[in-house]
Order: sequence, then C-alpha cells, then structure tokens
Amino acid sequence: MSKNFSLRSLLVRPEVATFLMFLAIMIGFYIANERFLDARNIRIVMGITPEYIIVAIGIAILMISGEFDLSVGSVFALVPMTIVQMVHQGIPPWFAIFLGLMIGIIVGFVNGFITLRFGIPSFIATLGMLYIARSLTTVATAGFPPPFPHILPNELFVYQFELFRASLYWALLVAVVLGVMLHRSNVGNWIYATGGDQNAASSMGIKTGNVKMFCFILCGFLAGFAGMIQTFRLEAPLPSQGYLLELESIAAAVIGGVSLFGGIGTVFGAVIGAILIRFLESGIIMARIDAEWFRAGLGSLIIIAVVFNTYISRRATRIGQNKAED
Amino acid sequence: MEDIIVCEGLNKYYSGVHALKNLSLKIKKDSVVGLIGDNGAGKSTLIKILSGAHQPDSGHIYFEGNKVKFKSTKEAMNLGIETIYQYSALIPEMSIARNIFIGREQTQYNVGNFGLMKTKTMQDDAMKALTDVELHLRSPDTPVNQLSGGERQGVVIARAMYFKSKVLILDEPTNHLSVKETNKVLRFVEGLKSQGVTSIFITHNLSHVYPIADHLCVMARGEKIADMDKKDTTIDHLTDLLVNG
Repeated sequence: MSKNFSLRSLLVRPEVATFLMFLAIMIGFYIANERFLDARNIRIVMGITPEYIIVAIGIAILMISGEFDLSVGSVFALVPMTIVQMVHQGIPPWFAIFLGLMIGIIVGFVNGFITLRFGIPSFIATLGMLYIARSLTTVATAGFPPPFPHILPNELFVYQFELFRASLYWALLVAVVLGVMLHRSNVGNWIYATGGDQNAASSMGIKTGNVKMFCFILCGFLAGFAGMIQTFRLEAPLPSQGYLLELESIAAAVIGGVSLFGGIGTVFGAVIGAILIRFLESGIIMARIDAEWFRAGLGSLIIIAVVFNTYISRRATRIGQNKAED
Repeated sequence: MEDIIVCEGLNKYYSGVHALKNLSLKIKKDSVVGLIGDNGAGKSTLIKILSGAHQPDSGHIYFEGNKVKFKSTKEAMNLGIETIYQYSALIPEMSIARNIFIGREQTQYNVGNFGLMKTKTMQDDAMKALTDVELHLRSPDTPVNQLSGGERQGVVIARAMYFKSKVLILDEPTNHLSVKETNKVLRFVEGLKSQGVTSIFITHNLSHVYPIADHLCVMARGEKIADMDKKDTTIDHLTDLLVNG
C-alpha cells in the first residue's frame, strides 16, 4: 500500500474533514480576536462543553445504529430535576443520583420498546417522549424551581481545576470507554452492521433489535447524566434546561460525520462536532458579531458538513467503481 | 454419495397463500444444485426455511441424517448452513475484514459474549480467506462499497469458506452482474465443490447455473416440477419446463 493512498483514505474519513473545519474556525476566530484562544475564554467554553459532548456521543451511537432520539433535551432536564426533588424528600444523595440515572435508562428503554415493538419510526416515538418528559419535568418542579440541595456531591462532577472542570474528564472518560466499545469491540461491529443494513445484519445472526435497544438505553442514560452535570454546575435545577438540545446534539453528530441513515460515524467526530458548536458560539460573540448570528452560523455549518461528506463518499465509491471496470 | 440435506413434505402458508406445496428434496454432499424457477415459484420460501429464517408449517428437514428444526438463522449457521442473500449479504460501508467477521468476531478480554476484537488477526485471516478463493484484493480495510459486484460475491463466499460452511445457499448471486463478473462468481462456486462444500444455487437464469450444476431442481407455483441430474436432462428440456411449467 503506497503512502499516497493511505493519505487519501485518511482524507475521505468524515471526522477528519470535521477536524479540519474545526481548525479553520479556531484560526479564523483567533484572527478576529486574539483573546478567543486565551486561557480565560477556553476555561469558559470548555466549562460548558462537556455536557454537550456526552449527549452528542449518545446520539451519535444511536444514529449509527440507525435510530434517532429527540427526547434527549427533555431527559437532560427530567433526570436532574428528579434527583433534586428526591433529595428534598429525604432520599440519600447517592441513592437519589442512582434512581435519577435509572430514569434516563427507563426513558431510553421506553423509546426503544415503542419504536421496536410497534415498528414505528423512532423520530415519532421520541418526539412524543420529548413532550412527555418535558411535561413531567415541569410537573416535578411543583410550580417553582426548587433550590439546589448542597448535600449533593456536585464538586466530584464539576470541580473547577486550573483550566478545565472535572466534567471534562468525565466526558473524556465517556468518550474513551464508548469509543473503544464502538470501534474496537464486537458490540461496536454489531452497531455498525445494524445501522448499515439491518436485513444483512440479521441474516448474519445479529439480534438487531437488542443492539438498537442497547443504543436507546445508552442514549437516555447519557442524556440524563449530562443533564445532571449541568444542574450540578449551575447549582440550579431549571425545568427549561436542555431546550432544543435534541437538535443541537444531532447537529453535533452530523457535523462530526455521523450519517442520518445509520452505519457511519465515530465517537471522535461527535466530540469534535460538539466542541465545534460551542467554540462557534463563543467565537461569534468574541468577534463582536451580533449573537443572533450563532444559529445562522450553525445552520450553515450543518449544511456544509453534510454536503461535503456526501461529496466525499460519492467520490470514494466512484473510485471503487472505476477500478471495478478496469 | 450420501445426502447432506433431505426435505420431506415441506408446506408453508403466508396468510392463506400456499407458498410451498408438499416439497420433498434430496441434496447430495459436495454437489452444486441449481434451484431454478420463475418469480413466485417458491424458491425464496424454500431457502428461507433451509436457512432458518422461517419455519415450515409442516414437514421435516434432515441434515447429515439428523432431524433438525431451526428456530433462527444462527442455529442453521452453527450447523454449517450459510445463506447469501441477493442484496443483503454485506454491509457496504464496513471494511472487508469487519464484514467477514460480523456476528462471529474474534475477541479477547471477553465478558460474557462481549469482548475486544483482535483486529490484526481478523485482518490477516480475512486476507487469507480471500486468497483461498483466488480473490486478490489490496487491503482488508477497504470498504465493501468500493468493490465490484463480483468481488463482493467473492468476499461473501470467502466468508462462508472461512467458517467451514458445509452448505452454501446462494440467492441469485449473478443478478445484475456483467458477463465477466458472472463468470468470476461461477468459478468461485465451482471451486467450492473440491473443498467439500455443497452449494444450492438459486437463479431464474438457467444459462448461469447449467454449466456448473450437477443436479437441477425446477420449481413452479410452490411445487417441485422436476428434479434430476444434469446428465439426465438438456438445457432445452429445462427451458421448456421453466416456460411452460
């Protein structure tokens, strides 16, 4: 294999394109305002990013398996709200955290069960859950957002070190563990196979329903876990927390090279996608552009990323077909 | 020669439609059997039953002399019956090596059924499996969507060989392939015989299977209408059966 070829095969990997886009944006905003990359700004941006990284990883893995979850934003609010309320009811903090994270798992299970058992699109099943979980969160606030109980061990998850918060290390832990699972374990192989071609995967003996269920549950759990981290950081459980997060995390995954049709994507891509969105937001503010432009920037980025990835994958396929005709 | 698969009186209904009517069939070991018939003849129903994807409503299947009842494709695969479906045998975006080992990954550090894949071993074994069927591809990491149709069938056959399949069921393996690619696939299938693999070659194109088949079975309207060795028939006779039922 020539060195030339391996370079080309590297460049057609979608997450590599995302990484180049990330570098371009970082350099561009740095030129616009040098303080964009000083320690203070990096501390601010990387303080809020880990929560988005964790949700984006869950969404990315679920999308690779060929399904969607629109309820992550609502689960992101529901889980910490129930944890806080349970502590107020006198449940020990760690047990409340355990029960709260179980709610994320249960919501993921219900999403998966409805999608798989009734054979309806996960888009619809989880759209329903988006409203249900958000409504439950508001009901759980009992009219007024409760105060944050300081007996909760929030420092363990969000302690501010010199530059980064503890939450970044949690996010990295999630990324490494799930990256190894997706890219190196047999389960990862089943996830790609299921999302790539469900019929082919099941004809080779893979229990595709179980694989998808696992991804739904993982996604629900991660959304709840990330929501808990945000509440621990803000020290305030807000019923509106995670509003529109479902679309933003799909955006992060897609910008990171995850295919809407399943079977393609990486954990690294989702991580870069999430970081990219947060730095884009910060960069626009630092460049003294009206912050309302953030959504326009994000929108353009999504379209550019997908157009680019589609172009690249068509080209890669054409290389193969030309070769076949030789 | 002994029979590797014997079917006795298989029947299958799909919501009232009698898709397979009292089908009995004997398949000799190490032979190539051509299963031919027009669309809707019941070929697909038969292979779905043989591969464990569907269960017959009545009748029996014997594999190597033992009565078997497959509840899933996995059970049939474990006994050595591998089925290659027309469109869905490989995952296009995944690499050759990963495709070959889907569902049967070589793992280490296992916890229950889960473990980390031995990537290097899988890559080496994939290349070896390809070489064994005379398929010479550049790298085991090439995504399958960069291969030609014939090469893809070669990868699938290499996979079946690697896992020591005894019976290979090929569903229309030459559909939509160019003449050159078709010949390539036919050579793969012919090579299987000498390696102790029985193949059931399903097609509606008689001219593809006739040159390599030892035995031919013609189906129409869910029934078997002819079942004979190639030496006892001619291509004209078979064509007549196919057209006029």
